[in-house]
Amino acid sequence: MTNAVEIRELHKSFGDLEVLKGIDLDVAQGEAVVLLGSSGSGKSTLLRCINFMEEPTSGRVSLNGDLIGTEQGGRMRYRESDLCQLRTRIGMVFQHFNLFPHKTVLENVMEGQVIVLGRSKAEAKEKAMAQLARVGLEEKAPEYPARLSGGQKQRVAIARALAMDPEVMLFDEVTSALDPELVGEVLKTMRQLAEEGMTMVCVTHEIGFAYHVANKVCFLHQGQILEQGAPQVVLKTPETSRVREFLEGHSLFKLPE
Amino acid sequence: MHEWDFAATLADMDLLLLGLWNTIQVFVLALAFGVPLGLGLALGRMSRTPVLSQLCSFVIEFFRTTPPLVQLFWFFFALPILISVQMTPFVASVLTFSIQSSAFFAEIFRGGINSIDKGQWEAAKAIGMTRKASLRRIILPQAVKRMIPAFAERSIELLKTTTLISTVSYADLMFQANELASKTFRPLEVYTVVAVMYFFLILVFSQITILLEYRLAKSGEGTMR
Ligand SMILES: Nc1ncnc2c1ncn2[C@@H]1O[C@H](COP(=O)(O)OP(=O)(O)O)[C@@H](O)[C@H]1O
Ligand SMILES: [Mg+2]
Repeated sequence: MTNAVEIRELHKSFGDLEVLKGIDLDVAQGEAVVLLGSSGSGKSTLLRCINFMEEPTSGRVSLNGDLIGTEQGGRMRYRESDLCQLRTRIGMVFQHFNLFPHKTVLENVMEGQVIVLGRSKAEAKEKAMAQLARVGLEEKAPEYPARLSGGQKQRVAIARALAMDPEVMLFDEVTSALDPELVGEVLKTMRQLAEEGMTMVCVTHEIGFAYHVANKVCFLHQGQILEQGAPQVVLKTPETSRVREFLEGHSLFKLPE
Repeated sequence: MHEWDFAATLADMDLLLLGLWNTIQVFVLALAFGVPLGLGLALGRMSRTPVLSQLCSFVIEFFRTTPPLVQLFWFFFALPILISVQMTPFVASVLTFSIQSSAFFAEIFRGGINSIDKGQWEAAKAIGMTRKASLRRIILPQAVKRMIPAFAERSIELLKTTTLISTVSYADLMFQANELASKTFRPLEVYTVVAVMYFFLILVFSQITILLEYRLAKSGEGTMR
């Protein structure tokens, strides 16, 4: 079976600063991968290279067997229209939700369907309501985002991404801006998605989530993947002292025996 | 002590009303051309194409920093010589104030657009929207709400500056006032009435913008995000 995401020899520099130094990563269909690593290790950048919010400096990215971009003179070239099209196939959820404040919850979830995918309003509304039901927020459809709690906003943001019928979902520290008591409802939604077989790549510091939900964890350090494997292996018996130290730093995390 | 007598002024009120109408025409047309042109200049200035950006910056700064009276005289007296067009006081006035106000509106647009959290651009991009669609559907609707007070302020300034067009013999309210003052020998009464007319014109305009602001504020958005 083709991998949902295949990343080969990915490099990314911002000016002189090389942030990703050769990443190889496979995400199988239906798999949930968690990216771990300390701040500045390049997790967000890697995630953003998957949906081309950032253009890789070199390397290849494939989505369900489709190589993104065309090779020309040893370099990959990307057309903006192709990248827009690609982004419709990949959902992304941000730390700060980024809901559209001038639109209702329903309109937020309909926007991309109507404007980008060209669905009729009736169809978009039906799909939007279905996705809102999926994250348990049907009754908030007519509200404006300002009226929602942080956890509810984030679930709407998830519904907005799901409404595009993405092949992969990307989550970038989506619980980091939430009050602790609101983290659970968002993680529960993500867990439910993973159990339904959604392919997902998540950057998170919730190691409990990584342990219980992920099929694979990758530990990033200075722009390279230092360790990757099943969470029960990497999180319990890390090979490198770097990963051990990182996990010890997360004192709240107690692995079940 | 001056003996106030408004009889002569009020008897020729139709002259002043005609002037008011002519002022409103120039004002409304300058807004109608100036606002879209301002948006164009703002987008040009923010463009990633250096030549376009620099050109728009230059136009904006030039029209913001040169005196409006000089611009008016230039369009009225100099332009017809350069490109041999028939220039009427009306056309010169509309042209001058459309371009002049567009330079100011451009900076208001730019400020409004830049004030929107960059997460909004990102969210729009992430669902596959083009930059153009993001701007039109997501960024501008939010930016415009925030721009309204600055926009109103600038428009009132524009309205007051239109009094300059009397100097090229366009029969605006100020021009009619001058005519009437020398006809009636009652400048005090004439200019008092004219001041009141400008006052009410601006009052009505600012009430409209406040109403607009209130309407837009009601449709959602209490806070960012
Ligand atoms: N747009 C950018 N321009 C310049 N430097 C950036 C940009 N985005 C990220 N970086 C830098 O890249 C490094 C990795 O950032 P990031 O991927 O956000 O790390 P993480 O998500 O793991 O904390 C950091 O040093 C950061 O400052
Ligand atoms: Mg990050």
